[in-house]
Amino acid sequence: MTGARGFHGGLRLDSHNERSTATPIRSAQAPPQLVLPLDQHAGAPARPLVRPGERVLCGQPIAEPDGAISAWLHASASGAITAIEPRPAPHLLGAPTLSIVIDNDGRDEPFQSDCIRFEQLAPSALLAHLARGGVVGLGGAAFPLGAKLASAARAGAIALLLNGAECEPYITCDDMLMRERAQDVVLGARILLHASGAVSCTIAIEEETPHAEQALRAAIEAAHDERIVLATVPNIYPGGGERQLIASVFGREVPHSGLPADIGVLCHNVATAAAVAQWVRDGRPLTSRIVTVTGDGVHRACNLEVRIGAPIAALIAECGGYTPRVLRLIMGGSMMGPALPHDDLPVVKATNCIVAASALDLQPRGGETPCIRCGDCAEVCPAFLLPQQLHWFARSADAAALQAHGLLDCIECGCCDFVCPSQIPLVERFRESKPLLARAAEQRADAAANRARYQARNERLERLAAEQREALARRRRPQARAERETK
Amino acid sequence: MSSQTPRTFTTAAAPHVVGSNRVARVMRLVLYALAPTVILHVAFFGPGLAIQILLGATAALAAEALALRLRRQPLRPFLTDGSALVTAVLLALCLPPLAPWWLIVSGTAFAILLAKHAYGGLGANPFNPAMVGYAVLLVSFPSRLLLWPAPSAAGIEHVELTLTQTLATILTGAAPDPGWDAITSPTPLEALRTNLALGMTMTEAQRTPIFGVLGGKGWEWINLAALAGGVWLLAVRVIRWHIPTAMLGAIAVCASVMHALDPGSYAGPVFHLTSGASILGAFFIATDPISAATSDRGRLIYAAGIGVLTYVIRTWGGYPDGVAFAVLIMNACAPLIDRYTIPRIYGHSD
Repeated sequence: MTGARGFHGGLRLDSHNERSTATPIRSAQAPPQLVLPLDQHAGAPARPLVRPGERVLCGQPIAEPDGAISAWLHASASGAITAIEPRPAPHLLGAPTLSIVIDNDGRDEPFQSDCIRFEQLAPSALLAHLARGGVVGLGGAAFPLGAKLASAARAGAIALLLNGAECEPYITCDDMLMRERAQDVVLGARILLHASGAVSCTIAIEEETPHAEQALRAAIEAAHDERIVLATVPNIYPGGGERQLIASVFGREVPHSGLPADIGVLCHNVATAAAVAQWVRDGRPLTSRIVTVTGDGVHRACNLEVRIGAPIAALIAECGGYTPRVLRLIMGGSMMGPALPHDDLPVVKATNCIVAASALDLQPRGGETPCIRCGDCAEVCPAFLLPQQLHWFARSADAAALQAHGLLDCIECGCCDFVCPSQIPLVERFRESKPLLARAAEQRADAAANRARYQARNERLERLAAEQREALARRRRPQARAERETK
Repeated sequence: MSSQTPRTFTTAAAPHVVGSNRVARVMRLVLYALAPTVILHVAFFGPGLAIQILLGATAALAAEALALRLRRQPLRPFLTDGSALVTAVLLALCLPPLAPWWLIVSGTAFAILLAKHAYGGLGANPFNPAMVGYAVLLVSFPSRLLLWPAPSAAGIEHVELTLTQTLATILTGAAPDPGWDAITSPTPLEALRTNLALGMTMTEAQRTPIFGVLGGKGWEWINLAALAGGVWLLAVRVIRWHIPTAMLGAIAVCASVMHALDPGSYAGPVFHLTSGASILGAFFIATDPISAATSDRGRLIYAAGIGVLTYVIRTWGGYPDGVAFAVLIMNACAPLIDRYTIPRIYGHSD
C-alpha cells in the first residue's frame, strides 16, 4: 500500500457517517412507478427505443445513445411503459425533462443479457460491450463510460485510478460498497484494466477507513493481480475531487481545460467499477445503485440499493419517514449538494446521497458583510485560487480579470464559503459569474469574425476596383496609340 | 406519481454548513492580543494610555455611527464588529500617553470618517486608517507628539504624575504642574538620533540611562509584550507568518548590513527590532488585511518593503520612527504588487 502526498488547501470536516454506516446495505422495495429521465448522463440525451403501451423486462434497453457522448438507458423493473413525457428531474432541480415512465408490475422478469468472460475479448470488443451496459460515472459526474474509455484509449492513458476517497460529509455509499462488495470493485478494476490497456490500477481510499481498507486488501489479494495497489489519502475535503486526488496520488496536475487522460490517467469511481463488474459477470446493466439516506430529518439513516427511477419520497418512507425537525432536502453532501424543492423526484444514476437536514445538520450563513481580505479563503482553495480577488471582480463583472484569476478553474467545492468570516456566498457568486466569461468569449469570437469579414470585404472591393482600373487602362492604351498614329 | 402530495422544502445554495469564524471574532482576538502591550505600557508610562484608549474608543464609535448614518447603512453589524475599536487602540498606542484629548479624538475621527468610510467602509480602505490618523497628527502637531514621559524604569530623574494629574493634563491640554521638562524624556530612537547628530559614537550614545539591555528601558518590555501577543495571534491563525517575518527580517537585514559597515554610526538589528513600533507594527499594523497585499508572495514583498522603508526613514529620514509612513507608502503599492504576484493556479504552468 503506497502512502500519498496531499494537495493544497482543503478542510478537515466532520464526516457525519456514524448513523448511515451502522447497518449493512439494504435493498429498497421496488416502487409502483419508476421515472427515468433521458438526460440523466453527461452529453446528449438518449433516444427512446420503446413506445407508450409496450411491455418491457427488467434490464431491457429502453433508450439508446445519441451521438458519441451519450449512454444506454435500461428499464429498472418489468412492466408497461405508461408514458414518455416531461417529468420533474432532480438534476435540474425540479425542472421537467423528457422521461420514460414505467408502471412496475412487480414480477421483476429479467431481460436476458450475456455474461461474458472478459479476458477472452479483445480490448476494443470489451469496450463496445461495456458501453452497452448503460454505465456512467457514479461518483456524480455521470459521464458515459464508453465515451470516456474511448477517449482515454486514443490518448494512451496508462494509469487507472479508482476513486474511493469519499470526502464529502454525509455520503457513505462508496464506503459501504467497498466494505461489502470489495470483490466487485476489484473485478471491475481488472475489467477496466483489460478494456483500457492501462498497466496499473491504484484504488485510492481515505485514511482511517479500516473496514473498507481491510475488505479491499483481502479482495486484491484474492484476485492475485499485482497490477492493482491500494493507496490512502488524507481525510481532507475535497480530497476525493478528481483533480485533487490525481495530485495526491500521482503528484501530477491535470492541465487547465484538459482531462486526466492528457497526463495518462484514467479515473473512475469505485461504484462505477462495481457496476462494470455486475454487467460483465452477471449480465446486469445499470438499473440500480447504492444511495445513502441520512440526516437528522429522517428516522433511520442507512444505505439502500435503489432502483434508478424510484421516487425519493419512497426512500424516505423506507427509512421510517421524516422527523418533525426536517428543514431541507439535499441531494448529495452538505458542501456541494443542491437543495431539492420537493421529494417527488426520481433517483437518477448520479444520485449518491439524500440528506434530510434539520437544524442540527445545517449551519446556515448569517448576513453577508464586506470582505476584509483576510485571505483565509485562498489558504483553503484546492485550486490555488484567490477567492477574495474573484469576489472583488465578480462584483464589478470584470470578465477579463476573472479570466486572468482563473474563475473557470474553480471546482465549486465550497471550502472558501466555509471559512469566510464575512459569510459571503462565494460559490454562488462564482457560479453566477461563469456565464459572464462564456458570453465575453462569445463576444470576442464574434467581434473577431466580424472584423475578418469586414477586412475581407474591403480587400475584395479594393481588388475589384484595381482590376477595373487596369482593364480601363488596357482599353485606353491601344486607343491612345491609334490616336497618336492618326495625328 | 405517488398518491400522497409531495413534501416541499425551502431551498438554499450549497454549502449548507459554514464555519464559525466571524469578523467580530477576528477583531476581538486582536484586542486580546494587544492587552499585554497595553498593560505593560501603563505600568511603565502611567495611566495615560488607558484614558487615551477610552477617549479614542468613544470617538471611534461615534465617528463610525455618524458615517453609517450619513451613508444610510444599518448600524448593526458594522458598529459592533470591533474594527473601529482596533483602530482606536492602535492609534492610542502610537500617541504619547499625556497628549491632549483633542489629539486622539481628531486623529480617530479622521481615521474613521476619511480613511475608512470615505473609501467605502469596512473592507474598502486602501490605507491603514490608524496610520493615516497618526500621519495627519504627526504632520499637523509634530511638537505634541514628542512629549513622551520618561519610563518609570529609566534611571533618569523625572517626575511621575498621579492619576488626577494625568486626567487633568489630558482633558485640559495644559502643561502639567511640574512642567514638561521634568516629566518627559526623549524616546530611545529620538535620543539615538540626537546623540549621533552630536557626534557621539554608537556605544557612547547607547550608554545614556534611557537605554536598557535590548533597546530602550521600558520600551523593550513593551515590545516583548507585543511579540507575545503577536505570536499568540499567529497561533490562533488570525494572522499568517508572512508579514511579520518579512517586515522584521527586512529591518534586521538592513540594520545588520549598516551596522557591519559602520558600527559607530548605525545601531544593530536587536536595537531596531526592539525599539519604536517595530514589533507592534509587524504583528498588528502591517498585518491589517484590508490594506495589505493579497497573495502570500505579495505579502512577503509588501512587508519587506515596509521593513526597508522603516529603516531608511529612521536612519536618514526626518522622523524618529518610520513605521507609519512606511506602511502608508506600501499601502499605495499593494495593488501593483497584487497585479504581479497572482499565484500559479492548479493545472496552469505559470
